[in-house]
Amino acid sequence: MDKREFAIKVVSPFAFVVGLFVTWEVVCKAFNVPLAILPAPSDVFAALWQYRKPIADNSWVTLWTTLAGFGIATAFGLALGIAVGWHRAIYSGIYPVLIGFNSVPKVAVVPVLILWFGLGEIPAIMTAFLISFFPIVVNVATGLATTEPELEDVLRALGASKLDIMRKVGIPRSLPYFFGSLKVAITLAFVGAVVSETVGSNKGIGKLMLDAQAAFQVPIVFAGLIVLAVLGILLYAATAAIEARFTGWAFRGQANR
Amino acid sequence: MAYGRGAAAVRAIDEVSLEIARGEFIAVVGPSGCGKSSLMRLISGLHPPLGGSLTVEGKPVAGPLKSVGMAFQNSNLLPWRNAIDNVLLPLEIVEPYRSDFSRQRYEEKARNLLHSVGLAGFTDKHPWELSGGMQQRASICRALIHEPEILLLDEPFGALDAFTREELWCALRDLQAARKVTVMLVTHDLREAVFLADTVYVMSSRPGRIVRRCAVPIARPRDLEVTYTQPFQDIVHELRGLIGKKAGG
Repeated sequence: MDKREFAIKVVSPFAFVVGLFVTWEVVCKAFNVPLAILPAPSDVFAALWQYRKPIADNSWVTLWTTLAGFGIATAFGLALGIAVGWHRAIYSGIYPVLIGFNSVPKVAVVPVLILWFGLGEIPAIMTAFLISFFPIVVNVATGLATTEPELEDVLRALGASKLDIMRKVGIPRSLPYFFGSLKVAITLAFVGAVVSETVGSNKGIGKLMLDAQAAFQVPIVFAGLIVLAVLGILLYAATAAIEARFTGWAFRGQANR
Repeated sequence: MAYGRGAAAVRAIDEVSLEIARGEFIAVVGPSGCGKSSLMRLISGLHPPLGGSLTVEGKPVAGPLKSVGMAFQNSNLLPWRNAIDNVLLPLEIVEPYRSDFSRQRYEEKARNLLHSVGLAGFTDKHPWELSGGMQQRASICRALIHEPEILLLDEPFGALDAFTREELWCALRDLQAARKVTVMLVTHDLREAVFLADTVYVMSSRPGRIVRRCAVPIARPRDLEVTYTQPFQDIVHELRGLIGKKAGG
């Protein structure tokens, strides 16, 4: 990475974040905003440090339930996406149900999940899964549907079976779509896990924030928000790195620029 | 063979009869839309015929043939595979290679084939790192790697510039001479057809019919210089007359 690249990719985002916090701090101090309305970053970070142990414990629960839900969503979404892309009949059969299902706000489903599985991690995992598999299905199916027939002809002329064509052309061709959808799905899974914790749970960042809010510990609520934001960025960056690793061929234009 | 259904169906090819001997190089020329490509899709088995018979090596064609190698106007290389892996693709599909396929076993074969068409330094490059001509060379290698009985080329040089095209003519000429493979070339470039083929078939359009079978009397292998000689020009001129509808009379 040369100097200019470094400035663009590292210094610029870092400077922006620092600037954001400084502005926030200045505004809070200048207008004397009450702690219970909007705590200044210094108060938030103080709370973050003071309650680091419970925050870390609860973050861990949120993180692993998110990842578990996301993992299930990835496997299920990929399988269903391939099924939907396999044949038009499966596509038209499943799609209306999928859309209907996706339209149901997942907050409304959490009480049912709690009823079935009890309080604990399982409703959070299930919510994370339910909210995040849809974009994966849609993207994989789109990738398969937009595969150039000419590429398929190459294999068909060789007498390849439908399964061969799927393995050699369809699936590699839709990988960029698949990995692209993972970036959306991981963020959604995170939202799902936290929503579920907020509706009813005994652990997790969502639960911690709910308790802090009830006790008017507003700096802890904001500390929770910051942790969520940081975790969200890290998870997104991880999926983006995996995407770049596996589908570099689809992003060649950017590498040359 | 027809496209579409019922009354609206377009009869693309009608009463086409041609024979290709083993090791022969034939070219099919005709105006655009005359069914050249349809004919090729029939022979390759990508399309089933409506009526009549189609036999390759004495056996009726029911589906795509394993003894056929095909290259298209676009190279259609898979963008996520490098040149070698693209060339190896048919071996992952076609028996008997398929059952014992391993990259190590056949990599050398693919590499040699790419070398023979002048892609020595580019075997590990991805398609977007290759020029159009190079992509087309790799595409022809891919059509040949599984040692098909017949090589079907559907306007393989149509998208290339004139100089690259002539270069690839020579590459194809040498490849065919070395491997003695039977070739059927579909093209709308008469010079290309006459330069490369033993026999040129001229098709008319809608429905496509063979209107002339013309054996090219020039000895093979031919040098590119041949294309500037009078006998060559005469053949091209004669074929041009058969295609009709000359622009500007």
